[in-house]
Amino acid sequence: MIEVDIEKRLGAFTLAARFTAPAQGITALFGRSGAGKTTLVNAFAGLLRPERGRIALGGTVLFDAARGIDLPPERRRLGYVFQEGRLFPHYSVRGNLTYGQRSGPPRDPALSFDAVVARFGLAALLDRRPGDLSGGEKQRVAIGRALLADPQLVLMDEPLAALDQPRKAEILPFIERLRDLGIPIVYVTHAMEEIVRLADTLVLLSEGRVAAVGTVEELTGRLDLRPLTGRYEAGAVIRTSVAGHDAAFGLTELAFPGGSLRVPRLDLPPGAAVRVRVRARDVVLALAPPAGLSIRNSFAGRVIEIAPDRGPVIDLTLDIGTAPAPVILWARITARALADLGLKPGSPVYALVKTVAIDRSSYGRRDAAPEPFAESELS
Amino acid sequence: MALLTPLEAEALALSLRVGLVSVVISLPFGIAASWLLARCRFPGKGLVSGAVHLPLVLPPVVVGYVLLLLFGRRGPIGAFLYDSFGITVAFTWKGAALASAVMAFPLMVRAMQLSLEGVDQRLEAAARTLGAGRWRVFVTVTVPLMAPGILVGIILGFARSVGEFGATITFVSNIPGETRTLPLALYTLTQAPGSDWPAARLAIISVVLALIALWASDIAARRLDKRLRGQS
Repeated sequence: MIEVDIEKRLGAFTLAARFTAPAQGITALFGRSGAGKTTLVNAFAGLLRPERGRIALGGTVLFDAARGIDLPPERRRLGYVFQEGRLFPHYSVRGNLTYGQRSGPPRDPALSFDAVVARFGLAALLDRRPGDLSGGEKQRVAIGRALLADPQLVLMDEPLAALDQPRKAEILPFIERLRDLGIPIVYVTHAMEEIVRLADTLVLLSEGRVAAVGTVEELTGRLDLRPLTGRYEAGAVIRTSVAGHDAAFGLTELAFPGGSLRVPRLDLPPGAAVRVRVRARDVVLALAPPAGLSIRNSFAGRVIEIAPDRGPVIDLTLDIGTAPAPVILWARITARALADLGLKPGSPVYALVKTVAIDRSSYGRRDAAPEPFAESELS
Repeated sequence: MALLTPLEAEALALSLRVGLVSVVISLPFGIAASWLLARCRFPGKGLVSGAVHLPLVLPPVVVGYVLLLLFGRRGPIGAFLYDSFGITVAFTWKGAALASAVMAFPLMVRAMQLSLEGVDQRLEAAARTLGAGRWRVFVTVTVPLMAPGILVGIILGFARSVGEFGATITFVSNIPGETRTLPLALYTLTQAPGSDWPAARLAIISVVLALIALWASDIAARRLDKRLRGQS
């Protein structure tokens, strides 16, 4: 369990964060810049001392102002992957990797030097120096370096933010490989794409406070959190599994309780767990089952909630699942359409989703990938 | 035929010894002082900074006189050193090294403080998260990253020590074979009539020594710089 309840003042900004989250998988700290994400992670790492509060990880108290406990960073056993890599310029890649290594064999053979070098593709870089590496290579070395210190948990502060799009795509599979090792990760980001792809638990930060904690599916389905999860990009995240492939038309069928979604072909075995984000603006509503349309994905459901928005555009949430297992979808329609269709909470509707609206940034693979989940496999 | 006359060789050897010893004894204090000035905040920091930099602005003779008062056989520190360890500083080459060290100290600290201020503290934080305690971070990250400043400090300190005159002659006098370093030997020759050529030779030796120091520091600095930019 990750337990955080701290207060820290930095000039006019006050971080007053309080949450608990399971210490497993990837816990994402999500919020705009200035929300206090980095301050929170630095306090966790021991690089900043909060004025009051408590931080604990799996029963170990890292910080407790009332009891005068403040473990120094070197004794917290937390790996930290920084946005800018922070490799030591005066050491080779090998020297950087071994800097935090403890003496004796690691707890887990997967954390031995050779295993980490193989897992993150570092063999060819070992004798190079940080100044000669690309941004993506630097981050891979930084991940390997943090891992070789045998951490209880890895903190990642926007590890992709300084990289361009192709480099991001290059690193994402390696972050999934890190997750697959079973070491819990706290991941700071302000990109919803990375959340959908990576996060299990979402901690929403806003102006120094924790606005909500929950699973990604739960929180992205809540209308009241739209200002924080991103209004324009708003959309629900649905848990699915690969039901089969349509080789003739190059499609993949993703099943969820209550229906299945056809998407452009994914190179994944049947049964693989996949998370899909369906943006609200890509959902069309109809009162009757459609006929003569090009849209292949049509789901019967009912309206749950209509956002009390003023203006020409209205968001509403729908349940397209079966009774015990609701599946929340969002739709964004004009106020005019809402009036014409006469929709109210409880109204039955059909939700239509264009297959081609689901693109590569809409996925996240949930189970351990035997091979990295490369972008090429998704397109 | 020897390149140097016995007198020249003696003065040169003495200068080198005084320069080296003064740099070696002042280096740890210099690093500590630069750390204090670059990284710490405490009341009275301005006073400490002033005290460190004082020899830079005081007439050297004043520094030599103060040293004589403190380290002379009857001075508070000099008496203690003699009574406890049998060490005499005044009027010996050790005193010359001490005078040089004091005079060179501000230059040394200045160079190291500047480079320490340029060390990226985020790298030190990264090292802490990798399990390194403060001392290990200092030795494995801070010192290597401030190495160019340490090098410049050593060269400046050495050059200043070899050239020290006023404080030295006041504190330890001008004793042949004991405290008569190159500048003192040169001064002595200029006081004697008909010694133009021997004086010129000593001046040339001083110039060559300075050039060698500069050249060596230049090469070392270039290597370090490349290393610190993380290139092979």
